[in-house]
Amino acid sequence: MVSMTSGPQIVVRDLRLAYGHKEVIHGISFDILRHEIFGIIGPSQSGKTSLLRCINRTIDFSSAARVSGTIVVDGEAVGDVKNVYALRRKIGMVAPLPVGLPLSIYDNVAFAPRCAGMTRKSELEAIVEQCLRQAALWDEVKDRLHSLGTKLSGGQQQRLTIARALSHQPEILCLDEFSIAIDPVTTMRIEDVLKELRKNMTIILVTNLTQQARRLANRTMFLWNGEIVELDRNEVIFSDRPASRKTRDYVNGIFG
Amino acid sequence: MFAETPLVRRKRRQEALAQWIFCGMAASMIIPLVLIIGYLIERAWPSLSLGFLIDVPVHGMKEGGIWPALVGTIYLVCLSLAVSAPIGILAAVYLNEYARDDWFNRIINLAVINLSGVPSIVHALFGLGAFVYAARFGYSVVSASLTLAIMTCPVIIASTREALASVPRSFREACWNVGATRWQTIWAVVLPNSISGILTGVILQVSRAAGETAPIMFTGAVFYKAVQKGDLFPYSLNDQCMALSMHLYTLSTQVPGVKESIPFATAVVLLGLVLLVNATAIAVRVYLRNRKKW
Repeated sequence: MVSMTSGPQIVVRDLRLAYGHKEVIHGISFDILRHEIFGIIGPSQSGKTSLLRCINRTIDFSSAARVSGTIVVDGEAVGDVKNVYALRRKIGMVAPLPVGLPLSIYDNVAFAPRCAGMTRKSELEAIVEQCLRQAALWDEVKDRLHSLGTKLSGGQQQRLTIARALSHQPEILCLDEFSIAIDPVTTMRIEDVLKELRKNMTIILVTNLTQQARRLANRTMFLWNGEIVELDRNEVIFSDRPASRKTRDYVNGIFG
Repeated sequence: MFAETPLVRRKRRQEALAQWIFCGMAASMIIPLVLIIGYLIERAWPSLSLGFLIDVPVHGMKEGGIWPALVGTIYLVCLSLAVSAPIGILAAVYLNEYARDDWFNRIINLAVINLSGVPSIVHALFGLGAFVYAARFGYSVVSASLTLAIMTCPVIIASTREALASVPRSFREACWNVGATRWQTIWAVVLPNSISGILTGVILQVSRAAGETAPIMFTGAVFYKAVQKGDLFPYSLNDQCMALSMHLYTLSTQVPGVKESIPFATAVVLLGLVLLVNATAIAVRVYLRNRKKW
């Protein structure tokens, strides 16, 4: 997979997703640029999580899901990708609730490299340390790497989840409402981490907190009931004059 | 302000009454168990000894021990488990982890449910037709074990699926998201965290296989087989064998003039074997649950 240096990293065209007979994404099209933080806001049930699952093709695990339209990542249509595992490794994914796998902290982070076939201990150790440092967790856990990941506090587990998402050295990082289960202080620490990471990767930030998108994103998309209401630079979305009245009402907390 | 009103008093009396009734119903389960065990042990007492376990029956089974039957039961159970546990567990992994919810999966489900509801005597007839005659295994340890395996397999599938389903889906999704295959996910996360439930389900089928009479009576168990005292390998696979449940039936109904305590002692041994296996199941479950990691 040759990575291109210019052009958008992700191109979505007329994406439709239905679970059984219920269509939840109604033909949306947008681009995500390289090394930007792309915010996606919108109330729950608007199709944000489903969209992410289409991008890394974990939607395949929902047998009732029917996808049409195209998603192109770095010039390759994900629907035609044969090696979905490599595709998923290219995309780091952080779920809303922290999921420490019932393994040691070390194994949590080493899991993905091992699945990809890495066995050398020195390489694994280097990756584990690097990812835990990137996720701002290293100093807290460096003395107990072999205790259980599930015994960590919620905020620590969420940073462990981020470390795990970084462990396969993705070019794209998707965060799905990463802050709903953690305290504001930890949230701020992770946001600092993201500002650091944006230098090397594209970040898709799905969030319920419009202020979070305002703080972090370059561009923000307002998704509502499976349709794009508005997509623009943050200066426009969060200004007094976004193109849609609905956007203004939503970001100002009048509805949603 | 917080004084007791008549309504509250009445509610509290109902509460206490309800609790006593529920507790009494639950406690009433202890009575039959204690009575059964106590009665059996009391009647069996004159014959119970270590010698009874390792002796062979003598004088037309009117005296002596139960060694051939004990070994036969262990043979049958181990062999049937060696067949049904791998099939059951692997089938359950397929059904729970791989299969889509389509017509094929639904047919398998239906088959599993119906198969576990088939009475053991019907399994016996099937075993007679399929293994003894069609497959030409004859009346043998193999036929009887396979019949028992068919009987226990669907229940192992059901209990294993239950155990697998208790592992949260979020763990699987976390693995898939980092590019793990289904098998890597199952091996690294799903199986280690459901193994206690899986083993418990399997072990509980041991006691069921040990206790059933009908399936083996038609397919490979015999009234009497001459065996050396204490011989650990008295049967080969295509031999017929004795078994505890069958032996108990024979002693109680077919042999006149048996020393009275011997059938009871046989029952105690069978019961003891089953309780021992169940206790092992509980011990394994407790041990593995303490290692549970979330």
